[in-house]
Amino acid sequence: MKVLYFAWLREKIGTAEEDLPLPPGVTDVQGLLDWLRARGGGHAEALADPNLVRVAVNQTYVGADHPLGDGDEVALFPPVTGG
Amino acid sequence: MIRVQREDFDPGAELAALTEGDHGVGGACVFVGLVRDLAGEGRIAAMTLEHYPGMTEKELARIDAEAQERWPLRSTLIIHRYGRLEPGERIVFVGTTSAHRQAAFDACQFLIDWLKTKAPFWKLEETAEGEHWVEAKDSDDAAADRWQGQGGG
Repeated sequence: MKVLYFAWLREKIGTAEEDLPLPPGVTDVQGLLDWLRARGGGHAEALADPNLVRVAVNQTYVGADHPLGDGDEVALFPPVTGG
Repeated sequence: MIRVQREDFDPGAELAALTEGDHGVGGACVFVGLVRDLAGEGRIAAMTLEHYPGMTEKELARIDAEAQERWPLRSTLIIHRYGRLEPGERIVFVGTTSAHRQAAFDACQFLIDWLKTKAPFWKLEETAEGEHWVEAKDSDDAAADRWQGQGGG
């Protein structure tokens, strides 16, 4: 799957995009967030506060229980500030 | 209609195009958002708007469709810029037209309120003290929430 990061999440994690195989045991968004956090470093820091992380799968907002598949584009970003 | 672009736009020309040739339009409403030069205490030199290409267009189209469903509109246009912008520059244009003014007013306000809390844009401000990401405001959430289950009429 493709994982994209934006704004300060991207800066803390240090990359805009990574290609990952769906990690073993991960079936939904919550599972992926836990797995990424467990990698430590910038990932753990960027994802520390779940209230500040929005998730889109295939460019549509989803909740933590949304199922994930290997071909998905997952985007993680802070609350938006456009307009 | 929606447009996501780096370049500036001409609000007068966009408004003229929105109503041109449609004599069923009785009123048009336009909101233009600008880069302000004050953020709290510090002066802003510029701001850079980052966005999520692909999802931005999708989300704006979804918000636009929602407005069309709630109000009897003749036409709509949302333009949102990205990239580095300096104080005084235009960021966003929201235009709505309808047979009667109320729908145009309400839909215009709805569109900017929802856009601010849903379209995937992020502002990075440059000040004398350095760069910082703008934080989302509770007041923007409240402004968007008041349209929940409301509209039309």
